[in-house]
Amino acid sequence: MADTILEIRHLSKSFGSHEVLRDIDFTVSKGDVTAIIGASGSGKSTLLRCVNLLETPTSGEILFHGKDVTGRGVNAPEYRSHVGMVFQSFNLFNNMTVLKNCMVGQMKVLKKSKEEARQTALRYLQQVGMAPYIKAKPRQLSGGQKQRVAIARALAMGPEVLLFDEPTSALDPEMVGEVLSVMQDLASGGMTMLVVTHEMAFARDVSNQVVYMSQGVICEQGAPADVLGNPQRQETKDFLARFRNS
Amino acid sequence: MEKLTKLFADIQVLLGTYGGAYLNGVRNTLILALVATAIGCVIGFLCGILQTIPHSKTDNMVKRVLLGLLRGVIRAYVEIFRGTPMVLQAVFIYYGLPYFTDNAVRFESVWAAAILVVSINTGAYMAESVRGGIISVDPGQTEGAKAIGMTHVQTMVNVIIPQALRNIMPQIGNNLIINIKDTSVMFIISFTEFFAAHRAAAGATYKYFPSATVEMFGYLCMTLVASFILRWIEKKLDGADNYELVNDDQLVMAAGTYNYPDKGTPFDERHKPSRDTVIQEVKLGRNRGER
Ligand SMILES: Nc1ncnc2c1ncn2[C@@H]1O[C@H](COP(=O)(O)OP(=O)(O)OP(=O)(O)O)[C@@H](O)[C@H]1O
Ligand SMILES: [Mg+2]
Repeated sequence: MADTILEIRHLSKSFGSHEVLRDIDFTVSKGDVTAIIGASGSGKSTLLRCVNLLETPTSGEILFHGKDVTGRGVNAPEYRSHVGMVFQSFNLFNNMTVLKNCMVGQMKVLKKSKEEARQTALRYLQQVGMAPYIKAKPRQLSGGQKQRVAIARALAMGPEVLLFDEPTSALDPEMVGEVLSVMQDLASGGMTMLVVTHEMAFARDVSNQVVYMSQGVICEQGAPADVLGNPQRQETKDFLARFRNS
Repeated sequence: MEKLTKLFADIQVLLGTYGGAYLNGVRNTLILALVATAIGCVIGFLCGILQTIPHSKTDNMVKRVLLGLLRGVIRAYVEIFRGTPMVLQAVFIYYGLPYFTDNAVRFESVWAAAILVVSINTGAYMAESVRGGIISVDPGQTEGAKAIGMTHVQTMVNVIIPQALRNIMPQIGNNLIINIKDTSVMFIISFTEFFAAHRAAAGATYKYFPSATVEMFGYLCMTLVASFILRWIEKKLDGADNYELVNDDQLVMAAGTYNYPDKGTPFDERHKPSRDTVIQEVKLGRNRGER
């Protein structure tokens, strides 16, 4: 069996009486690229936020290398530093330059020296093609550039898994490509990724596992060729058909 | 014309005799306003930060009760000191403390009393501004910080407070200017600020109007200089509008080859976040001017 990093077991999440996630089960192994697809409101973001403990699951377990991280005694900030997250809205720190954005976590959370943090930040900024912009502030960048910096910021923490919540949905069409190609490079580099996306081409070509969610449950999951190419459930077929037509 | 000449003559006489007193008043007013605004900001930040400590239903009882109590106390402090005149607060505290403690606690120097009163008063106004400044920082950045493992304190110190500080710079300036003017009520506890100099000079010479002219001019100079300096500080805090591109293959902090223009101003359609910040600033800026 491949090296298991994350195991989601019977995960449920309610906001008040509204049950958003119900009995979610799946496993992420090292190097997996899991695409999570589904209609708006099906709970994809909530699932990702639960995995990163930005939301507290109502019940169920999240095992990180076999250890449950949903318990009370868990140091959530420490755990989060191993699980990077890239948001739809970038969420860069507006008061810092691009370089500082990628350094601050390393220095404050990982307690690295300034020089070490700088070297690491530069390496990843170079990888996403944003090294020339280290002196810019987020407000001076385009959406695609911001998202690439956000990816570098997450990478600089040396995470074992990277979570992406619709990383290209807030971008103008001409900027989607630059971000997707960075993500594709990461995937071929062996990065373990969990990607909520509406980019079916990305799910088909880059991922090795597709999870289709509908109304808070996993409706279908498996290899992209199966789920996308030969869906078993009528719901999945309808969802995919809507995408092909648009 | 004749009147003007007379006015200048009178002012000259006044300045001849009381010039030192006026200058001393200016000095005391400025020191009091600056020190009290600074302390008031510290109080305001403490209150604002304490009020924005996150709490959830899963927290234990003790923490929830403590936080609730804290919020109540801060609320009361803010309401009381914003809802009463500062001149009365001065009397109340200056005479109240010795009254209640049988002179065990009293003010050795009128300076201590004046600084205390003005600071507490400013703090009450700043508390709300700071809370607004903290809340108006886009919550996405808090999530971004959390997601890389930063704690609440680290997020506050590194991400939120620097931006909150920038957001409320206009109110800090507003408070400084108001303090320069409103410390004039401190004559009530015999603090010799600028206005006290007027009372002394005019009382002795009966030259009320010429002295008031000196005062008007003096206060106006102080507030104008203060607002000029504050503008300058705000500009500094905002940093450059341009950034330098750094050459890819010489990844050093050496100078770049050319300047790249800012991608927008707060008024561009695509920069909604920064525009909202500005709108927020304008709204918050009314906090104290309106009383
Ligand atoms: N903090 C919250 N409080 C209450 N309800 C919430 C909260 N966050 C999400 N929800 C609800 O949970 C449901 C799932 O939301 P979620 O954001 O996870 O969907 P999604 O699949 O990511 O949708 P989209 O594709 O639009 O991003 C929605 O009905 C939403 O209203
Ligand atoms: Mg979502």
